[in-house]
Amino acid sequence: MSARESILNKIGSALDNAGDKTARAATAAARIQTPPKNLIPARARVAPEDQVQMFRDWAEEVSATTDRVETLDDLPAALAGYLSSQNLPSEVKSSDDPILGHVDWAQLPTLTRKTGIAEETDTVGLAVAFAGIAETGTLVLHAAPENPTTLNFLPETHVVVLPRSRVTGDYEATWNRLRNELGTAPSNLPRVVNWITGPSRTGDIEQKIQLGIHGPRRLHIIIVDEA
Amino acid sequence: MPQSVNPMVEATSIQFKSNVKKALVDEQLQKALGNIKIGFVLNRKIASERLEEFEALRDRARDIKTHTIAHLDAYLEIYQQNVEASGGHVHWAQDDTEAREIILSICQSADAKTVTKGKSMIGEEIAINEHLEENGVEPIETDLGEYIIQLRGEAPSHIIAPACHVSKDQVADAFRETHTDLPEGRSLEEPDELLAEARAMLRDKFINADVGITGANFLIAETGTSVIVTNEGNGDLTQTLPKVHIALASIEKVVPTLEDTTTLLRVLARSATGQEMSSYTTFSTGPRRAADLDGPAEYHVVILDNGRTDLLAGNFSEMLRCIRCGACLNHCPVYNSIGGHAYGWVYPGPMGAVLTPGLMGLDEAADLPQASTLCGKCEEVCPVRIPLPSLLRRWRDQVYARDLGDWQTKWALKWWAVFAKRPALYHFFAGPKMRMLASWAKKQGHLKSIPSLKGWTNSRNFPAPQGKTFQQMWKEQKK
Repeated sequence: MSARESILNKIGSALDNAGDKTARAATAAARIQTPPKNLIPARARVAPEDQVQMFRDWAEEVSATTDRVETLDDLPAALAGYLSSQNLPSEVKSSDDPILGHVDWAQLPTLTRKTGIAEETDTVGLAVAFAGIAETGTLVLHAAPENPTTLNFLPETHVVVLPRSRVTGDYEATWNRLRNELGTAPSNLPRVVNWITGPSRTGDIEQKIQLGIHGPRRLHIIIVDEA
Repeated sequence: MPQSVNPMVEATSIQFKSNVKKALVDEQLQKALGNIKIGFVLNRKIASERLEEFEALRDRARDIKTHTIAHLDAYLEIYQQNVEASGGHVHWAQDDTEAREIILSICQSADAKTVTKGKSMIGEEIAINEHLEENGVEPIETDLGEYIIQLRGEAPSHIIAPACHVSKDQVADAFRETHTDLPEGRSLEEPDELLAEARAMLRDKFINADVGITGANFLIAETGTSVIVTNEGNGDLTQTLPKVHIALASIEKVVPTLEDTTTLLRVLARSATGQEMSSYTTFSTGPRRAADLDGPAEYHVVILDNGRTDLLAGNFSEMLRCIRCGACLNHCPVYNSIGGHAYGWVYPGPMGAVLTPGLMGLDEAADLPQASTLCGKCEEVCPVRIPLPSLLRRWRDQVYARDLGDWQTKWALKWWAVFAKRPALYHFFAGPKMRMLASWAKKQGHLKSIPSLKGWTNSRNFPAPQGKTFQQMWKEQKK
């Protein structure tokens, strides 16, 4: 008997007095098909504009910084301004997200933007969020050919562009949007979905919180109203 | 290379009492334990109070886990199908030996020289590091706490803060001893200097590793997804950069859907560290897709039993709800007095005292279920409402039934029974004793030392009796 069979048999015999396996399989499949509704905290059930503010408040509470601009045309200047305020080089390794393709980067020739995966030498990663969740100030990003995951973790500074229309109240809204946009089959789920709430932190030395142990030391979020 | 003298292999739960004696006089440990009360306990309170649905979400979380465990085989099978549909591999391991062999063989197929590791309690449980080392593969812990204890050759003392017993100076010592390429005279006084050094040292390790091993907080049946919850980002670097990702999990980690996982995540971080949400929650489904530019080419999940099916069959299935937040440790007066190492294996505190006898055998850990005052705080804070005190009592019953307790306890219980069954006899002895103790204590309201109760009064004051027995007061009330 394989380890798999042996383990499943042991589970089965422990559970069998409460009904047989066929019934269990049917119940499980049905629950996945028609899941019960989640209890969603009321906290984020507010007007869209208040959700944006709530998102910023929670994100800042966990040491992210936020900025807000009107259009994508404002993005290069906002990005360059942030980088210089942190004494960082005007150089980003960026996702190739279509939204960033609409930006006129040439208007700011001093800012260098290269696309691709992040490498050890890259100091700033630029990405586009799939969603921003007001409930806890959490960003949602997901892997795709144009959105390499390394951009979110390897560089010391992570700058994330968040279109204002992508701010939602709760996590559930994001799962629904992913299913609507990418399809409901399990294999349609992106290889990685990242929820990011603030920069990297640790409390492992005497329980004192310090930022930037392995992932980014800084997380800067630029909300774009019209994108 | 970190030298590894990992004591995991030799569990010391069986000598719990002598472990406790050492822990109680360890000044550095006692100081470190003080941090837990100010940190985790206070922060959990704040986080739980500012989410009005928190208590209702705990009920939901409990119900999700209870439902899943009652249909465990079905969900595990659905999970496996969906992992395979996205190109991943599922490996089943009945015990630690099988799990170690599976992991080693994946590493060997990948020609692995070095393996980076995210924090995994299953990794500790199966003592994977020793096995890899013995077979020429270097494991590198990347969670800062795990890295520190790997350098010190220690076991974790807390399930989410593995190095919470170590002081800043001890970390500096460990770094000086290991990072011998760095200038000897460098300053390591400040926490941020330690942080910068750890970050720099581990950077190359992340980039050069052949295999990345992480744990898994949840396995999602609906999508074949594994989930890790971290704050440092080490887990993500571990699973993204190498060509092979292995996730270590146990059978009870499976949950039905993304939404169910979301409910559990709403209570996990709040219960653990008091965060609204951990910095990084990562949902991974299968290996790198065709056009992806990064991510592992191979994705493996190892699902371990190692005694959990026995817990399921043996009236301890509620324990399988545990989501490893550590709240029961943080709030436990016993854990807070003795720390994690005294428990002698990988899982300390109330959850460990229930889990360890189940996974190792009661013979190896008969003292652990006694390591509780049954104050009930653990159950009060458990995000999935595991009745830990009742489960501890269940183990105590078995310890007694199987005659595993020490003779002093049995002897004392026998005599207690003699008196308890004979109220007059009880009163004959108890009455004068109460009066005597009350008159000794008179003003302070407590006694600093009682000759026959040294075991108690050596480390605590004894609350003084009122001077009358319960029976006397009962009689007086009735008049």
